[in-house]
Amino acid sequence: MTGKMIGVDVGGTFTDIFVLDEGTGKAEVAKVPTTRPDQSGGFLSGIGARVSNLSEVSVVVHGTTAGTNALLERKGARIGVITTQGLRDVLEMRRRDRPRTWGLRGDFTPVVERALRLEVPERTLADGTVRTEVDLEAVRTAARQLLEEDCLACAILFANSYANPENEARAVAAVREIWPNDHVSCSSEILPEIREFERFSTTALNAYLQPEVSGYLARLEAALKQGGFAGEFMIVQSNGGVMDVETAAAFPIRTALSGPAAGVIAAGYIAEAAGFPDIITGDMGGTSFDVSLIAQGQSMLSPQTAIDFGMVVRSPMIEITTIGAGGGSIAWVDKGGLLMIGPESAGSTPGPVAYGQGNTRPTVTDANVVLGRIDPENPIGGKLERLDVAAAEAAILEHVGKPLGLDALAAAEAILRVANSRMAGALRLVSIERGFDPARFAFMPFGGGGALHAGAMLAEVGLARAIVPRYPGVTSAMGCVIADMRQDFVQTVNAMLAGIDTAALAAHMQAHVDSGLATLEAARTSFEARETSFTLDMAYLGQTHTVSVPLPVTVREGRVTPPSEAEIAEAFDAAYRETYGRLLQNGTRRIINLRTAVTGKRPRFDLSTLAPEGGSTEAALKGRRRVHFGEAWHETRIYDRLALPVGAEVPGPAILEQPDTTVLIEPELVGRIDSFGNTIIERAAE
Amino acid sequence: MSTEIDPITLAVLAGRMEQIADEMDATLFRAAFNPIIAEAHDASHGLYHAGTGDTLVQGKSGLPIFVGVMSFAVKAVIDKAAERGDLADGDIYIFNDAHLGGTHLSDMRLVRPYFHDGELFCYLASVGHWHDVGGAVPGNYNPAATDAFQEAFVLPPVRLARAGEMQQDIVDILLRNTRLPQSAQGDLNGQLGALDLGVKRMDELLAEYGAETVRAALDALQDRAEALMRAELTELPDGRWEATDYLDNDGITDEPLPITVALEISGDRMTLDFAGTADRCAGPVNIALPTAVATAYVAIKHIFPALPANAGVMRPIEVKIPEGSLLSAPFPAPVGGYTETILRMIDVIFAAASQAAPERVVANAYGTINALSISGKRDNGQPWVMFSFYGGGHGGSAESDGLNHGNAPISTATIPPMEILEAAYPVMFKQWALRPDSAGAGRHRGGLGATYEIQVLEGNGAKAFLFGERGRHAPKGAAGGGEAALNVFSYEQADGWHSPPMASKMVGIRLEQGQSVRLDTPGGGGYGDPAQRPPEAVARDVAGGLLSPERATETYGPAWQEIAQ
Repeated sequence: MTGKMIGVDVGGTFTDIFVLDEGTGKAEVAKVPTTRPDQSGGFLSGIGARVSNLSEVSVVVHGTTAGTNALLERKGARIGVITTQGLRDVLEMRRRDRPRTWGLRGDFTPVVERALRLEVPERTLADGTVRTEVDLEAVRTAARQLLEEDCLACAILFANSYANPENEARAVAAVREIWPNDHVSCSSEILPEIREFERFSTTALNAYLQPEVSGYLARLEAALKQGGFAGEFMIVQSNGGVMDVETAAAFPIRTALSGPAAGVIAAGYIAEAAGFPDIITGDMGGTSFDVSLIAQGQSMLSPQTAIDFGMVVRSPMIEITTIGAGGGSIAWVDKGGLLMIGPESAGSTPGPVAYGQGNTRPTVTDANVVLGRIDPENPIGGKLERLDVAAAEAAILEHVGKPLGLDALAAAEAILRVANSRMAGALRLVSIERGFDPARFAFMPFGGGGALHAGAMLAEVGLARAIVPRYPGVTSAMGCVIADMRQDFVQTVNAMLAGIDTAALAAHMQAHVDSGLATLEAARTSFEARETSFTLDMAYLGQTHTVSVPLPVTVREGRVTPPSEAEIAEAFDAAYRETYGRLLQNGTRRIINLRTAVTGKRPRFDLSTLAPEGGSTEAALKGRRRVHFGEAWHETRIYDRLALPVGAEVPGPAILEQPDTTVLIEPELVGRIDSFGNTIIERAAE
Repeated sequence: MSTEIDPITLAVLAGRMEQIADEMDATLFRAAFNPIIAEAHDASHGLYHAGTGDTLVQGKSGLPIFVGVMSFAVKAVIDKAAERGDLADGDIYIFNDAHLGGTHLSDMRLVRPYFHDGELFCYLASVGHWHDVGGAVPGNYNPAATDAFQEAFVLPPVRLARAGEMQQDIVDILLRNTRLPQSAQGDLNGQLGALDLGVKRMDELLAEYGAETVRAALDALQDRAEALMRAELTELPDGRWEATDYLDNDGITDEPLPITVALEISGDRMTLDFAGTADRCAGPVNIALPTAVATAYVAIKHIFPALPANAGVMRPIEVKIPEGSLLSAPFPAPVGGYTETILRMIDVIFAAASQAAPERVVANAYGTINALSISGKRDNGQPWVMFSFYGGGHGGSAESDGLNHGNAPISTATIPPMEILEAAYPVMFKQWALRPDSAGAGRHRGGLGATYEIQVLEGNGAKAFLFGERGRHAPKGAAGGGEAALNVFSYEQADGWHSPPMASKMVGIRLEQGQSVRLDTPGGGGYGDPAQRPPEAVARDVAGGLLSPERATETYGPAWQEIAQ
């Protein structure tokens, strides 16, 4: 089926649309304001800006922050919990942590209040033995009580249900009989993995999101259908894969990092096409800088994240490291005379001083404005007429210059140096500290502000080059169109390798594969290939941290051929040696979890269709402007970035401007437009 | 000798060096075998002054108490090496002697001189809590110890490596003196790896910036930390405030032990004088002098969280520890329960500081580590030891209620999941819950403590050791807030439930199959006048069952009842 594929990324400020015509290979982008509280308005008007007839559209893929926002703003549904006697407070007690190491301040309110967490008699032991059968009458009474309390969803959270789901399954069946909607789930369905707080938290947060997110998706789908759309509607998951809308409605927690994940997927794809499979992405927003590493085309997955203090989500997600250094981060001098950046941020409202919306404390963006790196006459985003350079300069002088004995320009340079150094620290953290040599990696900034800092990242971290995608502002929307369909499964095994019951292990593997393939089968989209991968979390007995052990398992015609004990041992030894250098003599090998990923590979599109056609470097030159680098002003050429032809070489200092992004090419660097329209920034040849 | 450094390079270098220490922390957390380091992060790394051992930079993710105490460990090595007169590049010293290095004997300290161009530049150090270092009780929390030898084997500073050559003899001695040699070997390798990494990163940093610049930055950072501390102190009123609190007992004799502080602020200086504190005692709640000084630092950093982790902070602060007191016990006094004593020191510093600046100081947290060890033999004959620390409530603050079920102020350790414990040991948690009526009352109430009830499942039974405090003297409120509930330990026998004679210590209590031990831990103290607590907040706690209706009315008045209807 050919038609249009549409990626929609709804961010905090803008909704980005990426439209790919599968027939012609032509791509278009659009950016419209995000609507709040109901994001579906912006979603539909964005698509409408580029596509008049929805019946031409084969696939719509959505990267959404609806779930993330509902979690952060605590705007999920009123839900109830039915749990094991003695354990109603697990969600509130967490893992006995605290919000910050120093200060001992702050408290925590779980998403389910205590009066709505009800206990029932039941108990399963760690080996799966049912010690106390679940009291179904008590379960029904509890469910009725929660309904009377106007709960919209119900989560059933029983101890050790990862080892034996029987009690939970019986309870969930009993509740489903009387619950008036679909929003009933239990922890062994959502995450059959040992660790009660993480499992309960993930399940409860899923229930908390379910009414809201499934309603939002249903509204979108109905509106699309009403407009004549008859294709497949899919949602990006935090693991960087997509899922169908029914799965998303049942497992909304899997969208917790949907938007950022799509961006990383697109970044990896663009970079690999451009010949750079090793990159570090950097998404610079108003309050934060998000960094992610992709090695040999593979992004790193982390097993869990905390959306906020105590709000733990355990489900595989693209690993994104965040530091509090964004364009809106405030620069200040502490009482000891040290220049600091953040963590306080002016965000996008009121925003930097130059925005003239009431903030008087200088930000990183203000430093870029004062140094001429951002054009004050054409602010990004188009919301403001012009930027107030004088106000930014005065604020920098007042809050940074005077305390440090610097003039405004030197103070602005100082702000950038310290901000760049913090951003470089994040890059070092994901590369050098994990054993990756940064010289092998390219830096890929996306989002609005990152490309202003690309040169600094090369200098500070020793990266080989930076690659700025042609449309850095819509990377996440593009990622929606690129992402594969992927499902992750986990099952806690908790057994010694010696004498492992491989038949039982194979049964788990087969169940994962069956479920994954059935979902792919049901999808109304085409796949180029289906892939299955299995890993075991393993460790030596007595060791805390596990290593991820990829298993060499074949799946033919949907049937799993399980590995032998010896094959698992060999795979563990190899993975362990790679992680820790050497094996432990006489150590007992232990299997903790089985993890399965089932992926449907979606068709690729040719990125060169995005490349510019014709044009000349001379014609792209818009003018000149004074820009401050190091200790002096430089007369700097300003180009219309999108008008630069393939193969153009622009020596620094230069600035390439496009509606949502400014690319800075510093002195001694050179920018080159590659055959996909990306800008590659490298050190100029001697 | 000192080079001037521009403020921008200084800010950049501050971040770079912090990252080195953080990366050393992360390296050990990943590699360590034992969960006390790997999960609870009971470890620390940093850079220390070549001449004085003062803390220059310390990792942010390690245990708070180590931030102050590590410089004493480095100083002990500096003294030892000076005595010998043969410090060489590639030497690594190792020791656990708590009287020299602070804290307790479980903490193994590795100290390595860092040379640049043949000259001593600074020291790198790594400390980590090993799972077992011999002594009378597995895991080394012996509530009945009367000297250090009953707690663990004692290793003075000795060279684990000489000029780059590992001394296998030392490793052999170490591994022969632990019940868990494999775990010890894993942790030792992790600590050596962290030091190697520190050396590599320092080499890179000095190559990039030059030794003179980095040295200048280190000096300047100390000066700025001092300036920052002085600026904070200047903002506080001048005056003298006192506070006294008590330890229940020393585990040997059931008598309360007072800990007293007089906090005096004069301009930009502060004095903390612990005169009036109990004398050295027989049991393990003594602490060594380095621990006492480090604890003052921990308390101060909680009051001023933005202060950097370096020794400059302490320059305007004088800590007076009376000789002969339990805060400066000489070798071989037992110090295994040091956590309880330093938590009480923090409580009294908070109580005194809160009189000076009520907005800046939180009420007392639950104030005990609750170290519980249950051990026995499984039905198949295999021995098992379940050892963990249990949480309680944090104090209320000017901004909010206290945190329910938090970790101790000296630690950042998380608690292992109940399911992990049940999978590893023959026990079942009958309760893992918040403890109603355990919070101190206040405009912002304290956080709630917890109830843990743990049943032994297998036929051979088990023995329980429990080391806690706050069984007789409750965590205090601040700014008019009330006290939290006491710590209550109980255990089941054939004839019903019992309480241990020392209230907060249990030594070798025998539990048969099906019998349980129960911890009802303290909440945190309340903050501000309870009469000012909004009735809605009171009603919410009553509705959730965290506060009994009787106590609600008694403490906060009847206004909440109207909301509840």
